[in-house]
Amino acid sequence: MARKITYQQAINEALDQEMTRDPSVIVMGEDVAGGAGSPGEDDAWGGVLGVTKGLYAKHPGRVMDTPISESGYIGAAVGAACNGLRPVAELMFIDFMGVCFDQIFNQAAKFRYMFGGKAKTPVVIRAMYGAGFRAAAQHSQCLYNMFTHVPGLKVVVPSNPYDAKGLLIQSIRDNDPVIFLEHKALYTMEGDVPAESYIVPFGEAAVVQEGDDVTIVAIGRMVNYAKDAAASLRKKGVSCEIIDPRTTSPLDTDTILESVERTGRLVVVDESNPRCSMASDISGFIAQEAFGALKAPIQMVTAPHVPVPFAASLEDLYIPSPARIEEAVMKVKEYR
Amino acid sequence: MSAIFTVTMPKWGLSMQEGKVNLWLKEVGDKIEPGEEILEVESEKISGAVEAATAGVLRRQVAQADEVLPVGALLGVIADKDVDDALIDDLIARFQAEFVPPSADDADSGPQTQTVKVGDIEVRYLKLGEDAAGKEPLLLIHGFGGDLNNWLFNHAPLSESRAVYALDLPGHGSTTKVTGINSLDGLAEVVVGFMDAIGLECAHLAGHSMGGGVSLAVAKRAPNKVKSLSLIASAGLGSEINGAYIDGFVSAASRNALKPVLAQLYSDESLVTRSMIDDMLKFKRLEGVDSALATLAGGLFAGGRQTAQLAAAAAGKPTLVIWGENDRVIPSSHATAIPGATVKVMPGQGHMVQLEAAGEVNKLIGEFIG
Repeated sequence: MARKITYQQAINEALDQEMTRDPSVIVMGEDVAGGAGSPGEDDAWGGVLGVTKGLYAKHPGRVMDTPISESGYIGAAVGAACNGLRPVAELMFIDFMGVCFDQIFNQAAKFRYMFGGKAKTPVVIRAMYGAGFRAAAQHSQCLYNMFTHVPGLKVVVPSNPYDAKGLLIQSIRDNDPVIFLEHKALYTMEGDVPAESYIVPFGEAAVVQEGDDVTIVAIGRMVNYAKDAAASLRKKGVSCEIIDPRTTSPLDTDTILESVERTGRLVVVDESNPRCSMASDISGFIAQEAFGALKAPIQMVTAPHVPVPFAASLEDLYIPSPARIEEAVMKVKEYR
Repeated sequence: MSAIFTVTMPKWGLSMQEGKVNLWLKEVGDKIEPGEEILEVESEKISGAVEAATAGVLRRQVAQADEVLPVGALLGVIADKDVDDALIDDLIARFQAEFVPPSADDADSGPQTQTVKVGDIEVRYLKLGEDAAGKEPLLLIHGFGGDLNNWLFNHAPLSESRAVYALDLPGHGSTTKVTGINSLDGLAEVVVGFMDAIGLECAHLAGHSMGGGVSLAVAKRAPNKVKSLSLIASAGLGSEINGAYIDGFVSAASRNALKPVLAQLYSDESLVTRSMIDDMLKFKRLEGVDSALATLAGGLFAGGRQTAQLAAAAAGKPTLVIWGENDRVIPSSHATAIPGATVKVMPGQGHMVQLEAAGEVNKLIGEFIG
């Protein structure tokens, strides 16, 4: 039965339900138990922001605190996945992925291909991403584009609690390595989430709202900003269709293409830096496949090509805003 | 003095907060009869007609086509033709000055769905309207793959003079999914248990499609609990059924697969909106729904035929049968299966006749149960 819970609770519930359903599911990461080796500490922290709280007591022996050694425990998770477990490893901040690229890019992503389809690697790597937390350049990036680039990885960027739960359950059941990315600023977002278990399939975009004038494709937290912009634009008589790809790999190009062929105008909103981003990827795809349908040049609304600033005033300017999305929509709408 | 009546934005379903005016079906100056469709409104979920509650003349179209307005907002004014224009303008000005759109929090303060345990099964239901002396409550029972929202345009209008309940059957809506039930009688057993659990001694039953078959099975199992039967495009009255529809519905796992299946339910296929398809997919993706639907379909519609024949169960009960003439799921020829029943076959209508011709269906049921 649907009731309102937060994005964070939705993730916790997905982990809990999958651990209950399948004994091969384990959770590992820094502070995910929050009191390793101290049984009874069921009110322990549960991850840096408390997402895994309560799982340690409920699923004894299956929630493991790891040393602060990402390259070590991500490698261990990949290895465990090859040997029959379904590990969900939490890497805290996506910014720290750099030290385990070999384990992810060169090992996990390659096994299915290099062992002739005989190997599966059902590992999920969860991490927080995104700016807005005054956490400076090393804890605020949106690096989903880097993982999207690598064949063999699946990349998930839920924008709301319903999708977070269904996509995480699908991630855990999936037999390929999945990078599951959670925007910090969404953890407190509330939404209708069924209490029952359910899946949201990969590669199926959500059409968040239908519209006729302009297609907005937005990623993660930006979906909600696009909704704000579209609400304001509606009062000005501009009707926006908002598409949330939900997974950047696989990417539901059909839904985007079908929409742009109808509206003839595209704005892509991506909190990432602009070079080699989802924004440029989707723009390039549409320029190639739907050039004839376009009535205006595609607009990308992204962060600038700089590290995330620590100064609060600059960080606020860095993140794409509803006002900037509105501006971009008006630009494509009024293009002659 | 003649009264002036306002036409306001309806609230279809618990979550509706605003609606878009699609188009006016009546012009200013047109004479209006009660129950006539005045304008078409579209919510996030569905589009439908707003009907006149009273007779009169449409004097003002306050809302314009394409305008998006909150629930309760003024759409138009109906009054006798001799009511002074100044009085009408005065009322509009007063309404607009005093109107406060409902906030999102208000959505939680209206009628809420409830749950009750029937054995191991948790049944969700919604009660609208008040218990009224001498008026037995009405219980609405949805069809295969549906839920209590299938009565979106019927539930509130029918509850003006009595209590009206709508429930989610086992395997459906927010009721327990996995029950192993695979027969109309199995579903009827839960409905009887539900009536006992909430203290409904006897009720009028209105069932749509499979829910009609369930109503008949309740009448067979517990005749004392059934005051009358209103059967809409009902199962249990013949053996034919569109097996391809059932199979397609059970197996569809994506928007593209589901859309043509749902389209068969309606005479106006444009009613099958993306949000309707998305909501149906969300339901179908809940753990247990797949197997619940497959189990039920396997028992009820094995080999593309209806297995249970229940026309005889209506014997001795006042019975109303309503059908859409162009029903593509269960043929309207089944409408005459019950001797002595009042039968209304509606031209041009499809399987979801209670949604597509809600005004007329509400009127028929309202007059039938009194």
